[in-house]
Amino acid sequence: MKRRTFAQIAALALATGFAAVPASAQDTLKVGAVAPKTGPLAGGAAVSYWPNVKLWVETVNARGGLNVDGKQMMLEVIEYDDQTNPGETIKAVQRLVEQDQADIILPPYSTGLNLASAPIYHRYGIPMITSTATTDKADELSAQFPNVFISLGGAQPIALGAVEVLTELRDRGDIGNKVAIVNVADAFGIELANVAKPAFADAGFELVYESSYPLGSQDLSPVMKAVKSADPDAFVAFSYPPDTFALTEQAQIEDLQVGAFYTAVATAFPSYAGRFGESIEGVLGIGGVNADDEAFQTYAARHEEVTGAKPDYWASAMVYSTFEVLEQSIEAVGLDNAAIIEHIKANAFDTVIGTLDFDENNNNPSFWTVGQWQDGVFKGVASTGREGAVDVVVKGPWK
Amino acid sequence: MRLSPTDWRNLTLSALALAFVACLPWLVGNYGLSIGVTIVMYTVLATSWALFSGPTHYISLATAAFFGVGTYVTGIGIEYLPYWTLLPLAGVIGAVLAALVGLATLRLSGVYFVIFTLGLAEFIRQVITWGQNVSGAKGIYVLTSITEAHIYWQLLGLAALVYLLGWAIGRSRLGFALRIIGDDEQVARHSGIHTARAKILLFLVPGSVAAITGAILAPRYVYIEPSLAFTPMLSFQVVIMALLGGTGRLWGPLVGVIPFTFLWEGISITVPNQTTLLLGVSFLVIVYLLPKGFVGLFGAIRRRMGSEGLV
Repeated sequence: MKRRTFAQIAALALATGFAAVPASAQDTLKVGAVAPKTGPLAGGAAVSYWPNVKLWVETVNARGGLNVDGKQMMLEVIEYDDQTNPGETIKAVQRLVEQDQADIILPPYSTGLNLASAPIYHRYGIPMITSTATTDKADELSAQFPNVFISLGGAQPIALGAVEVLTELRDRGDIGNKVAIVNVADAFGIELANVAKPAFADAGFELVYESSYPLGSQDLSPVMKAVKSADPDAFVAFSYPPDTFALTEQAQIEDLQVGAFYTAVATAFPSYAGRFGESIEGVLGIGGVNADDEAFQTYAARHEEVTGAKPDYWASAMVYSTFEVLEQSIEAVGLDNAAIIEHIKANAFDTVIGTLDFDENNNNPSFWTVGQWQDGVFKGVASTGREGAVDVVVKGPWK
Repeated sequence: MRLSPTDWRNLTLSALALAFVACLPWLVGNYGLSIGVTIVMYTVLATSWALFSGPTHYISLATAAFFGVGTYVTGIGIEYLPYWTLLPLAGVIGAVLAALVGLATLRLSGVYFVIFTLGLAEFIRQVITWGQNVSGAKGIYVLTSITEAHIYWQLLGLAALVYLLGWAIGRSRLGFALRIIGDDEQVARHSGIHTARAKILLFLVPGSVAAITGAILAPRYVYIEPSLAFTPMLSFQVVIMALLGGTGRLWGPLVGVIPFTFLWEGISITVPNQTTLLLGVSFLVIVYLLPKGFVGLFGAIRRRMGSEGLV
């Protein structure tokens, strides 16, 4: 009996899986989204990606839908979990195209998963405006996959942004010349550190301590003790979400007194402020936004209202902006993918992060590189050409 | 080796079946093909896994390690070598790695082996990460013109090889020796069988095959980084699928892979937010209700029908 029950459940699962999605009314567009809901990157996607999908669809539907060739179409989302597995991302995109016949397919989440699915998007000719992929190879990628757009920048400008900000603080006389650099021994951390170290040396800084620690290190107190004993004027960590939190906590425990404290990924997350409260005043990190801009403020308020969570101050607004680019392009030229891609290449778009204008390599040349917590908001202090940067301030003692 | 008429019949039928599934790219769309790639990939991995783990009862969780090494062979090698040399190269590197692991662990038995193989994938991943840290290179881009259909056909060819190899091993002295080791290692040793050597020789098969599979699939991923290439999920899924099918017969893993792929697909489509939970539940169901897999189930049905005089 039990075996039969199991067989029935399995059959049911299969049947429901393969039954076509209920035939929808003609004035509905299916929007497909594939990103991690489980696996190592699920946490990041839950902050920066999924809430924006929800917000975008609700916003478009609230204003009466998308205007496609003169007809108002409501949006309906189909969400798939790729389990942070590129094979699953590829399969889910194909499923969206062929089984679900989705009209719009959003790009996936993270550098690895975006690049893994680029050939599939390319084969179907789908415009892929990535918002969570960082690469310094935008030119090569756009040569191979002309449908792919890069908006979040690359490691090189991000690392150089950190050097630039610290140089400014030093030249103003706010900090001294000694800098300690640590990095997580994983892809993005390594790349950033390798750009930053020679750049700091060239800028005349003295590297009094440098070290890396393995991904997933639980105890970073030895690292912070060593940093403290090197007595630096500035601390730079090219870190990932768990270690960004751990290093900040250890720095407070060890009472590391530096005029510039930089941690990388996740410094811009609202949960970072939630965890450390006012003590992070003056902390630097990757990202930033034009916090005084009205478009961003409206977006942040809507984000909190619709999804119940604050956006982060790096990728969130960028993710939403790329959805807006797609939205505006569809309203301009309809659902013809080739025409949409041409439209994106040829035009500049007004979005929540300001103007988004892709260059001849399908790359967005102007993005935020460094932000700083000032009065509870993570404000952009350095960028590659965005407006609204505020002056960087020297960090006081931990509160 | 002399083949009986039954062998010839089975070989012919297998060849016909292979020819039929090779036509898949023309029969179904891209989505169907991507399911086909998944099925053949797991068939290759689970069957080669069962070739070793079936008779010896050693549960190996090293699939991800060999698979990841294979993807890196293609990822790094494609810049310097012609593509066709990479697959044999991955096979050789996988076999050498398997031999080293085998020499180190197969003299031990039971849980030591399981733990070591689980740690192996993590170990190699850390070595590659360290290499990246030293060299400063991040992920590797594999930009080729290899299509999904090419990958599918390569995997099918590999599957045919694995079946032939499994069939040949089953008929050889090595296969016989392994069955005795699986029943009782003491007895095997006292019968004069060099048990360690037999196990190491057989362990080369899943090692080498998983590395080749990784090498074939690398162009599909375009961008390779350690956390994606060495995902431990892969090792567990291969074990689950092989156990679902049953390891007693050569075709056992295949009848596990096919329903599991569709079940997994059904779960991903209908409840995308609870995939991992349901994977765990289905694993429990399989272990409790089908301890010997579908192979055992078919055997039981056949016996029951036989006792009722139906067959």
